[in-house]
Amino acid sequence: MARFNLEINGHQQTIDADPEMPLLWVLRDLLNLTGTKYGCGIGLCGACTVHIDGSATRSCQTRVATAAGKHVVTIEGLGITGLHPVQDAWIAEQVPQCGYCQAGQIMSAAALLAQNAHPTDSDIDNAMAGNVCRCATYFRIRNAIHRAAGEVRP
Amino acid sequence: MPVSETFAKYDSEIQAIIAEVETIAPPVATIGRRSFLKLAGFAGGGLVLAFHLDTRSARAEDAGGHETTTLNSFVRVAPDNTVTVVSKGPEIGQGIKTAFGLIIAEELDADWKTVRVDQALINPKVYGYQGAGGSTSIPRGWDQLRQAGATARAMLIAAAAKRWKVPVSECTAASSVVIHTPSGRKLTYGALAKDASAEPVPDVAKVPLKTRAQYKLLGKRFTGVDNSKIVTGQPLFGIDVQMPGMLIANYTKCPASGGKVKSANLDEIKKMPGIVDAFVLDGTGNPLEVMPGVAIIAKTTWDAFRAKAALKVEWDESGASKDSLTQAAAKAKELGPQMPAPETNVGDIDAAFASGAKVVEASYDYAMVSHQQLEPQNSTAWWHDGIMEMWTPSQQSDRGLAMIISMLKLPEDKVIIHQTRAGGGFGRRLMNDYLCEAAAIAMKVNAPVKLQWKREDDFAYDFFRAGGYHFLKGAVKDGKLSAFQNHLVTFSADGKRPVSGGGRSNNSFPTDMAPNVRYGVSMMPLQVPCGPWRAPTDNVQMFVVGSFLHELSVAAECDHVEFLMNWFTRPLAKPSTQGPPPDLSRTFNPTRAAGVLKLAAEKSGWGKKLPAGRGLGIAFGFSYGGHIAEAVELSVDANKHITVHKITVVGDIGPIINMSSAENQAQGGAIDGLSTAMGLEIAVEKGRVQQTNFGDYPILRMSSAPKVEVHFIQSDFRPAGLGEPCVPPLAAALGNAIFAATGERVRTMPIKRAGYTI
Repeated sequence: MARFNLEINGHQQTIDADPEMPLLWVLRDLLNLTGTKYGCGIGLCGACTVHIDGSATRSCQTRVATAAGKHVVTIEGLGITGLHPVQDAWIAEQVPQCGYCQAGQIMSAAALLAQNAHPTDSDIDNAMAGNVCRCATYFRIRNAIHRAAGEVRP
Repeated sequence: MPVSETFAKYDSEIQAIIAEVETIAPPVATIGRRSFLKLAGFAGGGLVLAFHLDTRSARAEDAGGHETTTLNSFVRVAPDNTVTVVSKGPEIGQGIKTAFGLIIAEELDADWKTVRVDQALINPKVYGYQGAGGSTSIPRGWDQLRQAGATARAMLIAAAAKRWKVPVSECTAASSVVIHTPSGRKLTYGALAKDASAEPVPDVAKVPLKTRAQYKLLGKRFTGVDNSKIVTGQPLFGIDVQMPGMLIANYTKCPASGGKVKSANLDEIKKMPGIVDAFVLDGTGNPLEVMPGVAIIAKTTWDAFRAKAALKVEWDESGASKDSLTQAAAKAKELGPQMPAPETNVGDIDAAFASGAKVVEASYDYAMVSHQQLEPQNSTAWWHDGIMEMWTPSQQSDRGLAMIISMLKLPEDKVIIHQTRAGGGFGRRLMNDYLCEAAAIAMKVNAPVKLQWKREDDFAYDFFRAGGYHFLKGAVKDGKLSAFQNHLVTFSADGKRPVSGGGRSNNSFPTDMAPNVRYGVSMMPLQVPCGPWRAPTDNVQMFVVGSFLHELSVAAECDHVEFLMNWFTRPLAKPSTQGPPPDLSRTFNPTRAAGVLKLAAEKSGWGKKLPAGRGLGIAFGFSYGGHIAEAVELSVDANKHITVHKITVVGDIGPIINMSSAENQAQGGAIDGLSTAMGLEIAVEKGRVQQTNFGDYPILRMSSAPKVEVHFIQSDFRPAGLGEPCVPPLAAALGNAIFAATGERVRTMPIKRAGYTI
């Protein structure tokens, strides 16, 4: 066990945890931030995606020791004042089916748009390749990303 | 390959589950009683139109956490005019919470903007069926929910008429307001709720329901009622359940189903950091309940998973599965040519084959697959005050409730089940094994405990879709199907009938669709548990039938759409005069079939000239009450890499409830069909599932997901559900398109076995 100072969604948090503990379980089990989801545990499904210093990162593959001292943003903290444009777009395009993967999808999409304000379909395919949607809402996810970029498509 | 008798028993239970979820009671049967609605006020001054109260539901709290509100009702009206309706069934991604809300709100004439939808507790005595299987949530709930809304509306109108001293016939309702038409006076539902609760409950038979033309909500597009919570990461799912003092459990069973614990390094495990306890459960020996295994109880999920990695169990595998699907494939090849005594024999098929018709023979096969809903199995159980209280993302918690009561031998009112949102179902959550495991573990833990499976557990302990083998022979004469023979080689757990989901699909080829038909079924023993997977039986057999029909139309040198139209125009056999009249909405209807096929041909550009390497395939399926035609347009390059350009789905499922959600289901169903047909396969050797995670089970990703265009032909038939029907036709349309593009017929799933990639 060791003590870590984490910055989660702009708040400083101090936790005691094993340095090897993945950030995913720190968020879910120690900090009660359950929006970040467990899907595969080996970085293949993207359900656990968070932002670390602005980059989309798989929290199940990130040791808490690695996350300490960095800016961590989770789905709960994505919209600072109201909803983030990506969250708005997800509701407008009526994306979710079961909804389980969508927090991770939204975090990946928001990170993409932060770096590339007007992504092409191919940019989107690349950025979202690590996120599985078992319900296959892919087409709506794509449209929602375009919508959030200000390019509403039919 | 001996199959132990005790082990075979569970399969008949699974078959019973399927039969139960697929059986739809005759319309109105469940609620035709005058006592259907009775009233109960609830603290806070609102109106509860309750179906009846009991102690279990009285303990409930509403979504706002107020202990005062019961959940055994469908409609509540608060003084501020907020209307709360109750969704009785599980939300597993099929959009039912929104759809149920819309159906009630439509007949209630509620203002959708101020409607909130609460999730019901599990109480079949109050709600009737509370599962989600066989795409029957909507058809089963259709009358009950409409009547709940319409009856409440009638009582609100009656209360307003009394207050205004005017005839009820002069009043109407819209957007949660009652209007006196001649004078223009208005009263909100909120203002009327208390008076309405004193009104007698009208006879449901005398309360008119709207016609399709009168709908204000149904058929339009609505975003899901939980979408704002989903996109902001608020707790909704079973895995999100957190309670003070809650512990986490993981449960390890024998990787070969049926194995028992001989010994385990429990002392070592107990010494690991964060571990509270570790113990062996003998279980009930039923894979649907609790199989023998080792429970690890930990402070956090990660502690539990880390300890699981260090867990060493010696298994007694004397009664465990020794199945090998490689050996089964070889055995099936041997059995194929040996047609058993046919279970169906219509006409004179040998004469038809000998009559100079064009005869085609082919063999098809498909692999075992897994569900892999994205939320790994979990349930939370809290044994307190003599009560087993549980939270679960089950698809069929009503059955789960009965199982827990029976397994723990508790009185009915001592088990409470809360339904959470489920991160996908696909049929896997019709089983309640994880629920039973959580209950069994909680009985030994003095705290609330969440059982959390690893993804790897979901692979090892699934109830899989069985693989199968078909040996077909068909004949065409004068452009029409004259004979159809199908020898299905499948698996059996009890040696008597096919495993769940491995039987013959009556939908894929109704026997009265050709003059000469012969069906035979051979079975090979299998101990690996099988169960329903999205559109059971149809999802594989429509690939076989839909592809083989195309082979026959090609042999007949006939346009495939014309060939299918000819097939549809065959007169159907007369319905039996025995028993109750069939629900025609759920019966194959050639006119509806022809309607969707014609529109799919039109919308996909059937008949258009395509460049070399590009092909268009089409297929039809009548599945789980839905008439669906699908077309796939794709290109295949020299390396057998497939690019799907467009999928067209046309469905007739009666009236549409929420157009946005319906399109989403159709798109998702078609892509699930594509994903599974292209690349998914479960291998089993020595009784052990070989796949462990998404690395060797490549679910389709965004870059391979094409545009899916959806059209519905809305009709006045009673509505069918849409979770399943759009999956089955896709694989055949895909295979037919590959044939059109390349001239090569794919007769295996996953199609990657034939060297194709996507």
